[in-house]
Amino acid sequence: MSGRTVAVIVAVLALVAVPYATTEIYYVNIASQILLYAVFALGLSVLVGYAGLVSLGHAGLFGVASYAVAYQLAAGHPHAAAIFGGLVIALVVTAGFAFLSLRATGISFIMITLALGEIIWGLAYRWISVTNGDNGINVSTRPAPFGISLASAKGFYGATLIVFLLAVAAVTIFVRSPFGAALCGTRDQPRRMTALGYHVWMIRFWAFMFSGLLTSVAGILFVYYNQFISPQAVALAASAEGLLMVISGGAGTLLGPIVGAALVVIIKNVASAYVERWNFLLGAIFVAIVVFMPEGLVPGAVRLARTAWRAVGRSKLAAPAPLVGPKS
Amino acid sequence: MRIHRRALLKGAAAAGLAVAAPAVLRAQGALFRLGLLTVKSGPLAQGGIQMEQGALTFLKERNYMMGGRKVDFVSADTGGNPAGAKTKAQELVERDKVDVIVGPLAAFELYAISDYVREQRMPTLSLAAADNLTQRQPNPFLLRASATSSQSMHPIGHYAATELKLKRAFCITEDFAFGYEQMGGFQAAFQKDGGCVVNKLWPPLSTPDYTPYVAQIADCDGVCQGFAGSNPLRFMKAYASAGLKYPVVTGSTGGDDALLKSYGEEAIGLISCSPYTLDLETDGNKRFVDGIMKNHNTIPGFYAAGIYMNCQVVDAGLKAANGQSEDKEKFMAALKTVSLTDTPRGPIKFDHLGNVVGTSYVRRCGTEGAKYGLKLWNKTIKTYENVSQFWTWPEQEFLAHPVYSRDYPPLTKC
Amino acid sequence: MTFWVLLTVNSVTFGGLLFLLSAGFSLIFGLMRIPNLTHGSMFMAGAYLGATLLAGQLGFSLNFWLAAVVAALAVAALSALMERVLLRRLAGQQLAQVLVTLGVSLMVADICLMVWGGDPISVDNPPGLGGFVRIGAAALPLYRMAVIVIAAVFAIGLWLMLERTRLGAMIRAGVDDPDMARVVGIRVSRLFTIVFALGAGLAAFAGMIGGPILSVYPGLDQDMLPLALVVVILGGTGSLLGSFVGSIIIGFIYNFGQALLPELAYFVLFLPMVLVLVLRPQGLFGGQVL
Repeated sequence: MSGRTVAVIVAVLALVAVPYATTEIYYVNIASQILLYAVFALGLSVLVGYAGLVSLGHAGLFGVASYAVAYQLAAGHPHAAAIFGGLVIALVVTAGFAFLSLRATGISFIMITLALGEIIWGLAYRWISVTNGDNGINVSTRPAPFGISLASAKGFYGATLIVFLLAVAAVTIFVRSPFGAALCGTRDQPRRMTALGYHVWMIRFWAFMFSGLLTSVAGILFVYYNQFISPQAVALAASAEGLLMVISGGAGTLLGPIVGAALVVIIKNVASAYVERWNFLLGAIFVAIVVFMPEGLVPGAVRLARTAWRAVGRSKLAAPAPLVGPKS
Repeated sequence: MRIHRRALLKGAAAAGLAVAAPAVLRAQGALFRLGLLTVKSGPLAQGGIQMEQGALTFLKERNYMMGGRKVDFVSADTGGNPAGAKTKAQELVERDKVDVIVGPLAAFELYAISDYVREQRMPTLSLAAADNLTQRQPNPFLLRASATSSQSMHPIGHYAATELKLKRAFCITEDFAFGYEQMGGFQAAFQKDGGCVVNKLWPPLSTPDYTPYVAQIADCDGVCQGFAGSNPLRFMKAYASAGLKYPVVTGSTGGDDALLKSYGEEAIGLISCSPYTLDLETDGNKRFVDGIMKNHNTIPGFYAAGIYMNCQVVDAGLKAANGQSEDKEKFMAALKTVSLTDTPRGPIKFDHLGNVVGTSYVRRCGTEGAKYGLKLWNKTIKTYENVSQFWTWPEQEFLAHPVYSRDYPPLTKC
Repeated sequence: MTFWVLLTVNSVTFGGLLFLLSAGFSLIFGLMRIPNLTHGSMFMAGAYLGATLLAGQLGFSLNFWLAAVVAALAVAALSALMERVLLRRLAGQQLAQVLVTLGVSLMVADICLMVWGGDPISVDNPPGLGGFVRIGAAALPLYRMAVIVIAAVFAIGLWLMLERTRLGAMIRAGVDDPDMARVVGIRVSRLFTIVFALGAGLAAFAGMIGGPILSVYPGLDQDMLPLALVVVILGGTGSLLGSFVGSIIIGFIYNFGQALLPELAYFVLFLPMVLVLVLRPQGLFGGQVL
């Protein structure tokens, strides 16, 4: 067994052990939040990190799934139908987003996705007859798949963990696949890819849909976690937070978005108890990360570790053999 | 390599949190934990900050003792939205392990957390209105010493029709539960006494400029506004800027005494009905106002008074329960029996659904009688005693019709 | 009739205010290719500072216009500092710059909340502009008409600066082709700082001018930033005429949308932004595609 496989198994076991390690349901709930936001961040990272397309409107997709599920549940549909319907609606909207925004790249893409996200927000906020506006929609019960109730913090955490692990597996497979490689190619050298015969638009489109799928799943977890949805979840600030999770952890890595999600959730929930001005803290941390560790915490930490390792290693070596040549 | 590190990171984080969390290490003793759900950012922050001031003033006055126990006070900022309210309510219950929650501020926040506090059997003394939670969907763990959304609007509807002799009212307020319920209450009482509501407008909670709405106000002889937080200031300005001169009536938030220092000439003539009035000359009120001014150097209003009174109720309830708060049902029962006379608003008691029965004060804003360095003053012109959430309707008749909403009562041809 | 007159005038007023806000944004975006997400925060900071100076809370009291100018200068200076310290390090990394401005906007919003509290601050009309002009049955506030005049004056002033001064020529060159501008010897990085400060100062000035209409409150930045974005995208980045026309259009959509189509008010507001980005990405008057 390689070191990596052992590490993965240890990590999974650690995650499974979380609800048993602490008796405080508060921390189990925090863990659930971290995992569901990690799924969101992974979804966004597919687009931002691997496709090189930065979206400031992904909270819109997140929210569409949440609202779709909440709306159907309020109309009396059973959970399974509501979840399925929610995914379908969210994917249709994702396709719409993709069609409109993939006409551009770079800053243009950011602006279009921002505008689309704001449109979703505007509808959520003011289309009172459907979304109930600022009052939000309450979700009275959580589903009970196979008879296991998710109403308890532990139960919900378990379900979230399973979804999270599936998401991580999906993204890993995606990234290691030829499609994933092609996507990275379109990020780095779109013109060359086109010259080589790859249909860049189609590749980006399917990446967008995959991203949308993960984001919708996270949105559904979110609405069941909170048992409530309101326009706040779809606002520009929410999209920005998602982006910050991805960037701070390290876009284009597997671990980065997860670390970023944990960072943001912990600051928002835990730090806010000790630090009154936690918004300021959040802003300051992100500025610091962007300026000093722009590749993100995970790659940055790896880089620092390697530098430290090399420094340690170098001091242990004997003096290097003199180079032959005039400069020595 | 990476994933291995993640396991370390997660483990370290969990260990760090467990050690740092005071909730876990807090000694279990006779400490009584009071949690406040308030709003310190956004359009409703104006009221939320006062709520905290009211609580702190009470605690200082009593030396942080309630019912013979030392009080540990935790304040949580919900951000003025239902999602935030839910998160903070969970924190207070699960992390801080509070014994009672006072607040939240907004009706839609209360609707969002009602199921949760009921499940968790957490006694909640709400400032937020949210009619239905003491009417058709009563929450046994909810107590309210302030008022339902419509409780302050029934008297003003009655007053507008019978004393101001208005016949055609134009209603405008924010587009959320508190707004709907206020206007519903106004309309029901106004129509009962022969008036008619011409139109109802619902600008969003966060509206930078009210002019597009003010421009639609016409064809009436009076305006009823129900804005909350800082919105009344901006609305009245926009209203005055448009040169409109119809008399304006409002409820507890639109004419809040705490806004007196920020209001300008546009507020002169504003008639408001509130469960609390700054000009009430009683010892209870004087002590409260002096306390707020000394501790926070500001003029209090409805929000501070509401939380101060909720704290008084908790204190009295705890005393009645002999300092025992572990048995939630017993504690709630004790709280419900509380009847006080020495509050900033005068005498209060609770009906069987947990809502307050008390006095409502109708005031007029002017320059006469101004105290505390203010230029404007709300002078009490009429008092309605023993106002319940049902106004003059019998309880069963009131509960038979649906909760006040955007569409209820429906608009009729005037 | 009153309704239409009042709303039309208000649309132009609001458009004027938006122009003051977004002209700076457009220049920054056009020249530096940064969507400066702190722009809303600068608007709010200017309003807070101006209101404080006006109210005399620092020991001395300035009149309305002076307060607006001083607040604008203060915000411009702080923004220039931010540009030099933070944004210049990230030259060429657009994503990083966007994120830094996002982070800074969070920080500024929190600082404002810390310093001025959650209470909204009312700003009085400047003396002499508190009355009405009556057109038929409609009463048009004098101050709102004044805002239209102010916006027009600034529009002309900015146009003159861009078209007739050396600085303006350098800015236009930088907007059209930054690399060539450097080749020709224009110190583009110093230009960036100047334009950034100018844009932020304008936004702060707009914040104070908007004070009597909108008041100052926490969340003002989040209300105004999306509007600036829509205006600039619609009008075209780097184009003054685009900002002007875009502001007026958005002023109308905003006012009439809220009044006539309340449920679709925001949809109608952001729809032009999407349409423009999809159909004509350079905006109505923009020179270059983003």
